[in-house]
Order: sequence, then structure tokens, then C-alpha cells
Amino acid sequence: MNELVQAHDLAKSFDVSPPWLNRVLERRPRLLLRAVDGVSFSIERGSTLALVGESGCGKSTVARLLVGLYTPTRGGMRFDGQDAHAAFKTAEGRQLRRRIQMIFQDPYASLNPRWIVEDIIGEPLREHGILKQGSELEQRVGELLKSVGLNPLDMAKYPHQFSGGQRQRISIARALATQPEFLVCDEPTSALDVSVQAQVLNIMKDLQREQGLTYLFISHNLAVVRHVADQVGVMYLGRLVELADKKALFEDPRHPYTRMLIDAIPQMKHVGRRRTPVQGEVPNPIDPPSGCTFHPRCPLANARCKAERPALLSLRGVQVACHAVEEGRD
Amino acid sequence: MSLLQVKNLVVEFPHRRGALRALDDVSFDIAPGEILGVVGESGAGKSLTGAAIIGLLEPPGRIAGGEILLEGQRIDQLGHEAMRHIRGRKIGAIFQDPLTSLNPLYTIGRQLVETIRTHLPIGEAEARRRAISLLQDTGIPGAEQRIEHYPHQFSGGMRQRVVIALALAAEPKLIVADEPTTALDVSIQAQIIELLKNICRQRGAAVMLITHDMGVIAETCDRVAVMYAGRVAEIGPVREVIHQPAHPYTAGLMAAIPDMSMDRERLNQIDGAMPRLNAIPRGCAYNPRCPRAFERCGIERPDLIDAGATRTACWLHAAPTLEGAS
Repeated sequence: MNELVQAHDLAKSFDVSPPWLNRVLERRPRLLLRAVDGVSFSIERGSTLALVGESGCGKSTVARLLVGLYTPTRGGMRFDGQDAHAAFKTAEGRQLRRRIQMIFQDPYASLNPRWIVEDIIGEPLREHGILKQGSELEQRVGELLKSVGLNPLDMAKYPHQFSGGQRQRISIARALATQPEFLVCDEPTSALDVSVQAQVLNIMKDLQREQGLTYLFISHNLAVVRHVADQVGVMYLGRLVELADKKALFEDPRHPYTRMLIDAIPQMKHVGRRRTPVQGEVPNPIDPPSGCTFHPRCPLANARCKAERPALLSLRGVQVACHAVEEGRD
Repeated sequence: MSLLQVKNLVVEFPHRRGALRALDDVSFDIAPGEILGVVGESGAGKSLTGAAIIGLLEPPGRIAGGEILLEGQRIDQLGHEAMRHIRGRKIGAIFQDPLTSLNPLYTIGRQLVETIRTHLPIGEAEARRRAISLLQDTGIPGAEQRIEHYPHQFSGGMRQRVVIALALAAEPKLIVADEPTTALDVSIQAQIIELLKNICRQRGAAVMLITHDMGVIAETCDRVAVMYAGRVAEIGPVREVIHQPAHPYTAGLMAAIPDMSMDRERLNQIDGAMPRLNAIPRGCAYNPRCPRAFERCGIERPDLIDAGATRTACWLHAAPTLEGAS
């Protein structure tokens, strides 16, 4: 078995009810926001699964569930064969956390501005008792900085002395400090300029090759995803609507939403293209549409789509949740 | 005649030791009805160029040299009041975040009617009719009811439609759109870009579209100016700038962008970062990062010169012609 991460029916709801008094006086019901609603996937060791979708589709919630920042409402995740969410609560959970690390979107918010880089990158090492303060720690931090293309002498500097791209490399060095096997990257390059984004993406690819890292890569940018991923999952309102190999997904997208997303990306080769964009917007996740949640925007929707929620089915090696694709109406 | 001419524009920020030059010798023009894209990485000066044109430079930033002409009239020296009449009436503005461009305390109808009546000599009822038709034109369903709503009752995409309606309210000849789709999701971005393109075409308004997204530029603009460290590195028709860039920076930038149409194992990376304003290198500002830099690049600053279909500030294209001329 070569699957490092297996998520099974992962779900997370948030209680967004009005305060108790309002509920009683105004007779308003409890409100649940189903941010992630039954997501299953697995990631092979050394490969990259990318999750894409628009804001509010639940992709960041999945990331936070996988690193244990949230506890799932339903379902769970197996990491290297063991139940991760049960383990997170025990003493051995610390060992597990060492093996799973996360890189956040905003390199300005995720580094403590009052710490020098040595302390920032050394913190996970001290916290997990891997290395104590001293020359050994210094040496290890230096190695980590070198591995992300920074100078070991930079460890005496503060985060504000670095550019955005360099800060994101510091975040990567910190995530790598405990020698993790699985990195969850939540929009790691969205805050960066394109030339700097290229630097960071190249470093991430090099590190994956050298250290056999497994990535979950969250992004809204399909072009970036096409560059880094092996497998791609497309999310819409808390559910996976399509999960496929990168090649299959980009060359022959099946789900109407995936097609719409791919078609919506402005491309450099299409100089002066005229397009008819898909109408409508992502609905309110507190009150999602019935049946298939994409049906109000879908050109293929019929009565069945309005009534019945499609399950994620395997069709010719690709997993798609769509009645139209299943019935061959696409 | 050009609708807008920017000639040798210099914007400075006074500083304890002298002044920081944020824009240095920027020149371009926009023809009536044309869409000019301005692209560059953070800190290149693209937003500052837009702010200088609409007269909204944040103090202490100031125009320290050059001219901005709108329909042949200089507008860079106008006072606060005179500029207020030009903004809205002659130049409309659209900013990145639609929530901060709208007043949260007033209904969008009131904001539209106020804008229309400030600039056009028409009555309340007529202005309201116009506001509703503007909202319809920008694709807001149920415009007659929606006009009574407050900004927070709209989604991000709908809000940006309201902002576009507001920018077009007094039928300006030029729209300065600063990252109008950066805060939006891709499916909404496609809708807004298409709307902006079509509605400006119909009304004959020119657009200066500031963005960092080359894909958006490719699909929307007629011409594009690439900015680097406060200067225009290259300007020309979109197709040529994207597919046959003359400036090494443009070429590097194009190759760094992950594109849907090609598979690359590694992206081209431009090492280093854009210089800070207080440490702009001598000669060509790009020379320390440029793979094709030679001696002259570190000494002498290049100005825009013809290079095939585009104009570029790069000595690579000057050397042969200079020798040929002498």
C-alpha cells in the first residue's frame, strides 16, 4: 500500500446560529454551515494532490482538517495507516504532527515579526525536542535555509528584512524543519508576484524530488495547479465534483463546473478572445441549492439534478459527481 | 489626436535625504476608445501612474516633472476643485476592492444619482432613470429593486458591477481601472472583464487597465505597457509584446507565468527581486537581473526606442541601429 494520506467522508460543519436569545425570541432555527460535506480522496506517497475551487468551496477547511487544526464533524483521515484524528488527541499525536506540516498563504502574517529567522525556523525543532538551543540548532537552521536557496547568514535577520518570496521560503524552511513526509500548502504563492511565484514553485518541486515529500496543494489558480499537481480535485460548495489525473482533468474535463473553471481562465495565447462567461455566482453555502448544488448555473441541468444529489462515481478512471455525465447527456 | 498623453512623468516622494523617484520618465498615450493594459509586478509603479492621472496621488507623493494631457489640455497642474470636476465627468475610476469604493451608509441608488447630478445638468427623476438603466447595462438583475439596496447586500462580483456603473455614470471618455478583478473569483472575473470590455466599446470610452495578470491583458487590451522599477520597459500591441517580446524582462516575465496551454517541468525564474526605490541600479534598472546585460547596461540608462512592432527601453535593440546611423 503506497497511499500515505487517505481522507474518508471528511466533513466539517460550523455553527453560525444567531445567539440563543434571538433564537428563542425570534423563533429562528439553528444554522449550520457545511463547509466540507463528505470529501474522500487519497494521496500516494511522493505525489501531489491539488484541490481547486472558488472562495468558500471549503478547500482551506480541508487543509486545516488534514493538519488537525480542526476536528472533523464526520469521517476522518488515515495517515500512513493510522487514524490521524484519534492519534492527534494522544501523546503519540506529537510524533504524527512532526510528520505533517503546513505552509500558509500570507508570508507576512505567518511569521512572527519580533523573532529572528533562527528562532522562527528553530521553533519546531525545540518544540518537538529534536534539537536544543546551541550550535547544533544553528547548523541545522543554516542547512534548512540553504535548502530553500537562502543564505545561512540570513538567520540573524527579522522577517521584515526579506521580500515576500524570501519570506515564503522561510515558511517552507520552517515547515521542513521536522523532516515531515506530508506538507499541506494552502495557497502558498497567491500573495506573490509571478516571477517570485516561479522561484517558490520551482523550489517546492525540487524539494519534493529530493526528499520524496507528499503535497496537498490548495489553490484557486488552475494554471499553477497544472504545473505542480499529479492529481487534481475540483471542489464546489464543500464537495468534490471531480477528481482525476492532471492530464485527464485538463485535457478532457468531465464535470460542467470543471469545464467552466478551465474556460474562465484568461490565457495569454488567446489574444483578443471574445467569450461568453458562465452566468451566476457561487450560492450562499448556508442555504445551498437542492440536489446538485451546481444546478442553478449548469447548462446541462434537468429535473433530476434539482432533486437528487449526485454521488462521486468512477467513470473511465475519473471520479465525477454529475448526473449528466453519468447518463451520457454531456 | 490622443485622448490622453503622458509625457516624461516623474513622481517623487520627498524623503529626509533627497527624494525617492517612484515614477521616472514615464511616457505613453491612449487613443479614444482604446484599451491600454499596464502590467508589472508589485512596486513597478503601475498603480501610481493611474493615481497620478486621476489626480489622487497620496501625499507626500507629488508630480515632480512631465505633463499629463487630456484631450490636449494639461490636467497635472489643476487645483483640487478643478480636478474634482474632471474626475467622474471625464475620467472614471475603478479600484480593486469594490467594498471600499462604495459608501456603506448610502444606498447604491443614492450614490449613483449623486454622481450623475454632480456632473450632468439633469433632475432627480431623470438621474434615477439613468441610474436604473446603468445598473441594467452592467448586468444587475432586478435593477429597480436593487437600487434601494446598500453595498453590503451585494456579492463581490455584483458590487464591482455597481462600481463600473458608478464610473460610467457621467459618461467619461477614459476609465482608469486599477486591478478591477483581482479580488474576484475566476468565474466572476471572466464576467467582469467581458462586461468592462463590451460596455466601454459601446460607449466609446478608452480604458487604462492596470493589472498583474497577463492572461487578462491578452484577452482584453489593444496595447500593453510593461513597467519595471518606475519606468516603462516595453510598450506595444498586445500580440507582439506577449509573443515576441523585445525586452529581456518582458520575455522573462512571460516565461515565468504558468500557462494552461503548455506543460513545463520548470518555470523560468527571474532571480532576485525588483529593486527598492532607494537602490535603483545605475544604467538600466533591470541590468543586475538581466541574463543578456552587457557593459553599456550598467552605465547608461536606455530610453524607449523602436524595436520591431514594439517600443522598448533596452540597449540590445539600440546598438546596431546606432552604429548604422553613425
